[in-house]
Amino acid sequence: MSFLEARDLTGGYGGADILNGCDLAVDRGEIAVIVGPNGAGKSSAMKAVFGMLNLRSGTVRLGEEDITALSPQYRVQRGMAFVPQTSNVFVTMTVQENLEMGAFLRRDDFTGTMRRIFDLFPVLKERRGQTAGELSGGQRQQVAIGRALMTEPDLLMLDEPTAGVSPLVMTDLFERMIEIRNAGIAILMAEQNARQALEIADTGYVLVNGENRFTDSGAALLADPEVRRSFLGG
Amino acid sequence: MPLDLLHAVLLLGNYVIVPGLAYAAQLALGALGITLVFGILRFANLAHGDIMAFGTMAAVLGTWQLQAWNVTIAPLPTALLALPLAVAAAIAVTLAADRTVFRYYRRKRSAPIVLVMASLGVMFVLNGVVRFIIGPNDRRFTDGERFLINAREFKRSTGLAEGLSIKTTQCLSLVIAIVVVAALFWFLQKTRTGKSMRAYSDNEDLALLSGINPDRVVLITWVIAATLAAIAGTLYGLDKSFKPFTYFQLLLPMFAAAIVGGIGQPLGAIAGGFIVAFSEVTVTYAYKKFLHYLLPEAWHPSGLAQLLSTDYKFAVSFMILVLVLLFRPSGIFRGRVL
Repeated sequence: MSFLEARDLTGGYGGADILNGCDLAVDRGEIAVIVGPNGAGKSSAMKAVFGMLNLRSGTVRLGEEDITALSPQYRVQRGMAFVPQTSNVFVTMTVQENLEMGAFLRRDDFTGTMRRIFDLFPVLKERRGQTAGELSGGQRQQVAIGRALMTEPDLLMLDEPTAGVSPLVMTDLFERMIEIRNAGIAILMAEQNARQALEIADTGYVLVNGENRFTDSGAALLADPEVRRSFLGG
Repeated sequence: MPLDLLHAVLLLGNYVIVPGLAYAAQLALGALGITLVFGILRFANLAHGDIMAFGTMAAVLGTWQLQAWNVTIAPLPTALLALPLAVAAAIAVTLAADRTVFRYYRRKRSAPIVLVMASLGVMFVLNGVVRFIIGPNDRRFTDGERFLINAREFKRSTGLAEGLSIKTTQCLSLVIAIVVVAALFWFLQKTRTGKSMRAYSDNEDLALLSGINPDRVVLITWVIAATLAAIAGTLYGLDKSFKPFTYFQLLLPMFAAAIVGGIGQPLGAIAGGFIVAFSEVTVTYAYKKFLHYLLPEAWHPSGLAQLLSTDYKFAVSFMILVLVLLFRPSGIFRGRVL
């Protein structure tokens, strides 16, 4: 049994179901990537795992606990962290304040966590006094990830973290994710840049119409001719 | 001629700059409350003027009671002692309005316009309550030393033809406003709670994801807005007089100030307060005597040289609002667009 286990997720935003019985799982020290065409339900699956989508059926378990009924705020307390795709930083606040807000629930001394995040993203340390709205897209993503890491989560969830950043920045962001994974954190992310994301994935989920189409290790999916033809452009 | 210039400057200082500064400070405090509520609760609170009236009413009643007990702090006005009571009353009535009215629409996630209309209802209720308790009449409750600098003594000691008078209440308005604003900015910039309010105003969803408790943020916002309203109202009442209807009318210049500065931006509310106050004072001042000092006799105006009668001073706020909404709807400091 994996650290995070989402089973049979079914539901949507009120109208027709977006998710039709999709399964996801990820363990500590692993990266799981959700890929698939537009409208496949990647972001919805992420939201469902984080409690931001009404599920008609299905369960989400974190560790030993069934968290299906918990609100997102309580999931944060249980060690989950979520980086939304858009509006994921406080644009009018400084980099340092963004990180402080990430640690809002912590009453202990979090300077050590902040130091580790500055080690992971050195550019943030240089720009700690600048407002996040003045940063480039890639730097903003670093702030967003840093904010999420401030609670020292066991599970980090990222919704399309490389959307709209340059290929160079994307490679850089993926390298940082490997570092985060190596620190023993479970990472679950939805990605548009399927090929590059699968290269760093321990597990890959190909979603179509809210269902699992293929599930395998990232390398195996990259090698699968059918996956390549249908989802990776040859 | 240089003496005439000095006289002209003194005249302007006496009738435009000093009263303008005091009025600006009062407007800025009021506009700050409006802008904070808008930034956090995301609606224009039309009841703000009447929250001010309610708080000031408590200050007036408190002043009377203290005077009856012979408790005064001359040369300062007794109302300063009653200020905590005014603040407490304003907070109580604001939180009561939130519990009974605003919270319901907030939980329903109603559109902002629904909350604006609800605040209109709260405004009418408070309007009535204040008149019911203290009556609709004009009340003067200023005591203590009236002038910091008296025009007559100023003339005598300097030998100049024009005097400069600074009322105690004008000076108090400015000093208290500076202290309150400094404290507010320190709170918003440096404290954990203040930062969480800014975060909530910036990005509500992300604030929730970070574990910020929205109920607490809303509660503190109301407390601060009511405190600012009670202080602004009491200062205005001390400087001029307390009449419930005037406070309802103050809503317009205060909203104009908040919108000119950029609604949701505390710094903007202060800048807006100064812009609106000085526009009002400079447009309604009669420049006849001022021009007499500066111009050769043949050019002296025969009229008052007043751009707008003081009865029309609210037109100034309206004009400012129209111009800002037409040409720069986000205001000076790039706030939200209404």
